[in-house]
Amino acid sequence: MMNNVASIIVVGIGNEFRNDDGVGLYVSHSLREKTDEEIKVVNGVPDGFALIETWDESSHVIVIDCAASENIPGTIYRFDALKEKIPSGLFDGFSTHSISIVDAVEMAGTLGRLPKSLTVYGIEGNNYSPGRCLSPEVKIAAERLVDRILEELR
Amino acid sequence: MKSKTIKVDYLARVEGEGGLEVKIKDNEVTDAKLNIFEPPRFFEGFLRGRKFTEAPDITARICGICPVAYQMSSSHAMESACGVSVKGQLRQLRRLLYCGEWIESHVLHIYMLHAPDFLGYQDAIQLAKDYPDVVNRALKLKKLGNDIVALIGGREIHPINPRVGGFYKVPGKEELDKFVEPLKWGIEASLETIKLTATFPFPDFEQDYEFVSLRHADEYPLNEGRIVSSKGIDIEAKDFLDYFEEEHVQHSTSLQAKVKARGHYLVGPMARYNLNFDKLPEIARQAAIEAGIGEECRNPFKSIIVRATETLFACHEALQIVENYDMPNRPYVEIEPRQATAHWCTEAPRGLLYHRYSIDDNGIIKDARIIPPTSQNQKAVEDDLRHLVGKNLDLSDEDLTWKCEQAVRNYDPCISCSCHFLKLNIKRE
Repeated sequence: MMNNVASIIVVGIGNEFRNDDGVGLYVSHSLREKTDEEIKVVNGVPDGFALIETWDESSHVIVIDCAASENIPGTIYRFDALKEKIPSGLFDGFSTHSISIVDAVEMAGTLGRLPKSLTVYGIEGNNYSPGRCLSPEVKIAAERLVDRILEELR
Repeated sequence: MKSKTIKVDYLARVEGEGGLEVKIKDNEVTDAKLNIFEPPRFFEGFLRGRKFTEAPDITARICGICPVAYQMSSSHAMESACGVSVKGQLRQLRRLLYCGEWIESHVLHIYMLHAPDFLGYQDAIQLAKDYPDVVNRALKLKKLGNDIVALIGGREIHPINPRVGGFYKVPGKEELDKFVEPLKWGIEASLETIKLTATFPFPDFEQDYEFVSLRHADEYPLNEGRIVSSKGIDIEAKDFLDYFEEEHVQHSTSLQAKVKARGHYLVGPMARYNLNFDKLPEIARQAAIEAGIGEECRNPFKSIIVRATETLFACHEALQIVENYDMPNRPYVEIEPRQATAHWCTEAPRGLLYHRYSIDDNGIIKDARIIPPTSQNQKAVEDDLRHLVGKNLDLSDEDLTWKCEQAVRNYDPCISCSCHFLKLNIKRE
């Protein structure tokens, strides 16, 4: 309950009721079905602060979120968050009461609480209206990303 | 004639979209507005025609920070409509769930949104650079609240386990026992939080508020009680609309509430504290006195100490519930709908949350009314701004603006919650 941190952690982020915004959760749910119990899959966190609490210093973490930067829908981004800065405008923006992934990573770094590795994937979305369907190009990208992460986990 | 305007287009570190505007002419404050431009939410409209059992799930969606409050007010109101009262361990589990929400919501505001104001930082990330231990404590304490909500509610945000009549599933004794040690730590961490906030520099600023909160004969209020005020109101929830009313103002998509007889009033931690100090556990009363706020606090900037004291109460109360828990035989009470109108108030982290529903014999919602705490506090916020600016006209515009923003953040306003409209009038010509 409190500190059950596994060594490999996959975190999907987003709102499943806002169409493409749920793509991170779509990927994490798919990975849960396709990976064994050794891998901890977190389907959504309450906020960026809670993200920091999902890992410890020995964890290998993969975070998947929807990106909204007006690029071509379905574009996949990958960042090694321990080595490179995540460009602003990709994931941050709309939450005023809490913090984004970008801020959470910065805060974890400030507190000396970064995991051993931290890979952040983004999939560019297109449609954020209410609903539970991914746009075709976003769904194709999500399937590709699931395969790619499975490959990385092998 | 010299006039100037202090304007903040987008308030930072508050939930939702709002700004503020204060007009000054010849060293007099002529106008102070909390501008709320978050779009209206129409939840009361969504509820009409839905089953009475759906209200907790629908209204939970009003807020990601305090969904439990909406679930509690709506569930109690529906039970009251149907003539049922949920008692015993189910009632205790509801209090425990609410404690979890108070902890996570209060800790978020104290440390991440409010403390940076007093320590001179733009945000919690900057704060973390100089006070890593303090921020680590905050993250752990907030997670304790989240974990309680996740266990009792099924998940941290928009819980899925509460229902009219109780819960879909109740935890076993051993699941709650796991919280004993974390809650003991939570009590210590809350005491540290009170001590820390007591060291902050507070402006000399007190207001003659009318405090309004629930009051219960035996407990610090969460789920039930009479509505009382510091100026003599003492009523049941069903009489709420006889004493309080909401009005529309042009600069806000939230309706603004007032006491019919007098005007603005204040709900939330400071109101609860002042009206229920005697119901706090000894450990919380003592810590608050040592922190220097006394039995009555009228300085809105010191609400941060009150929130810390309520966090201590919530950890203490949660521990009592966990230690005395017996798994109930049934997770919920069966409820048959009947035609009725019912009213209920509970204490959301930000204050009194009023729900009223009319349902028919089939349990279909015919009418709904929800009055959230931030709507009720808007006029008090504007009154604070007016007086605060009036007392600080010698400050530079930059410093005065910063002070005004702080004055709004004192309330931990949840602007998204507040944006409800009763009617949408469309004129076509």
